[in-house]
Amino acid sequence: MTRRRRERAAVPDPAAFPTRSYDLVKEFTIALVVVALLTAALAAVFSSPDDRPVTLASWSRADGADFTATAAAELGGTSGTAEYGPPYNHTPGAAQKLGPLGLQSAAGVRIPIDTAEDFVLRPLADAPQPPVVRVALAAWAAAPAARQQAWTKAYSDALAKAPGGDPAKVTGGGFGPVPVLVARLLDMARSGALDGQLQAEGKFYETDYTRPLLFLSDGSYLETLARAQHLGGDQWGMMNETGDYPGQAWLWLYTFWYQIEPFKSSGNADALIWGLMALLSLGLMLLPFIPGLRSIPRWTRVHRLIWRSYHRTADQPEGRDNSPG
Amino acid sequence: MAVTGMPRGHALAAPVDLNGTGHYVHWGVIQLSVANLVVIGVMVVVFVLALLLPFPGGRR
Amino acid sequence: MTAPHEPASRGWTGAVRRRAVAALPPDKLLPDTQPAYMASWIYVFGVLTLSSLVVVLATGGVLALKGPAWWHVSDAGKYVNSLHLWSVELFMFFMVIHLWGKFFMAAWRGRRALTWITGVVCFLTSIGTAFTGYLVQQNFDSQWIAGQAKDGLNSVGIGAFFNVLDFGQMLMWHIVLLPFVLGLLTAWHILLVRLRGIVPPIGAADPAHGSPAASAPLPAEGEAP
Repeated sequence: MTRRRRERAAVPDPAAFPTRSYDLVKEFTIALVVVALLTAALAAVFSSPDDRPVTLASWSRADGADFTATAAAELGGTSGTAEYGPPYNHTPGAAQKLGPLGLQSAAGVRIPIDTAEDFVLRPLADAPQPPVVRVALAAWAAAPAARQQAWTKAYSDALAKAPGGDPAKVTGGGFGPVPVLVARLLDMARSGALDGQLQAEGKFYETDYTRPLLFLSDGSYLETLARAQHLGGDQWGMMNETGDYPGQAWLWLYTFWYQIEPFKSSGNADALIWGLMALLSLGLMLLPFIPGLRSIPRWTRVHRLIWRSYHRTADQPEGRDNSPG
Repeated sequence: MAVTGMPRGHALAAPVDLNGTGHYVHWGVIQLSVANLVVIGVMVVVFVLALLLPFPGGRR
Repeated sequence: MTAPHEPASRGWTGAVRRRAVAALPPDKLLPDTQPAYMASWIYVFGVLTLSSLVVVLATGGVLALKGPAWWHVSDAGKYVNSLHLWSVELFMFFMVIHLWGKFFMAAWRGRRALTWITGVVCFLTSIGTAFTGYLVQQNFDSQWIAGQAKDGLNSVGIGAFFNVLDFGQMLMWHIVLLPFVLGLLTAWHILLVRLRGIVPPIGAADPAHGSPAASAPLPAEGEAP
């Protein structure tokens, strides 16, 4: 029998080997004290990041033009959320696919969101409004869908052309009640009322921030702040943290795929990368059963270093064990 | 909201402030924060040291 | 075998006790000796990971005692949050080195595949737990991470059930469900380590079974480290 064959034979019982005294409880106690002290020192020296959250109020005050453009898109049903597809709404062709697998569509619309109704019209209708806004709401409700869309499209285009996106500098017409509705929403946001409005919806206790977060994400203000901190998806943002803090470095492989082709430019990047990561995680889990990969430790011979004190006594030209008792 | 305890001030300000602008290294497609690079580097160093340093009582 | 003086233990309870004690008798569960080949600093990263987990749970427990808003408005709270963050960094740090070490030892050999698998599932669960922690910080970081992460989760249908934009749901996952699962997995992983014992060196022959060399005289120091 060759040496190699013998090495691959059954792994012996550890109890058969010579032993040395080893105090597990003492080892754990020392480790716990060391880790606790190290944690206390790192926390004292470096503290932790806590950048203030963005509110609809702070966003609308800092960048009214972006808020206005976003609100017009929410009303017209052309924002990112409005055209997202499942789980928020039915948008044909919006769902990602993993090859032939349409898991996003299969899960269905379970968090239904109508951006015009939920982000603009209901918050306006639920608050006491001056007559001009009440008239505008009534005009919007009375118009057919095609007319509503023509108004919002005309207004969004005009905003895009206006210097700095400033609503005050918009020229042209055919906007219907849209400028009044959006301007009133901006006022409510600036006063802080909209933050509460989007949250509460007739409830008192609230723990679900889906609506305000989606509204915020549809604008470009939040993303501009994030990109400045290297948090963008194409900046390896997933493993980064605000400021100079270390982030979730363990997400390096997941975020890596987003930086390269074919994922970088794929409309199905998320689904493809999730599928790939699921496969790789399964591979790591089942490594002991994968021929080739499971032999890497034997080939690299790092194990000779780890068990050098064993080999010092056990090795003979034949490679047989006879370590001392 | 009933929040008790010492109000947030500067009593426990960190001696090393990591809240400034982050530092990043770029190397082709790779963009890595210096903080993450330090963590990963220290990890590799600790791993190598664990392999090389003699373990007390290991030599018999 | 039941000792003669032991009262007959019948029923389910007795059967469970007999099986548990037979699989892991006290001196196997908490041995005061280890095989002599267990002599490397690489072996301490398992216990360092476990110790870090204890610190993570303790500091998270203090944050839970005071409620999610506390650390944003109190200096003491901010320090406890920092303890929680840095203990998590240490936890992941030690766990990854532990994983590297066990990989290069091929520590899954000898009916230890399940130990490796539970370890990998612990690692993946820890990543999920840390991720939900980032989501419930209630700051700019959480807002951005939630907005980005929803796309990945929605693309494979998970987002319809696991809504990262729902703070309440994520808080429950972070402080109840995931730590509970991680605790169970960790206990299982450690019991498996004790059950199977420390994996012998790659290529080690069974010293108990006499091969011709087993009775040969000791060789001189064969190999320098």
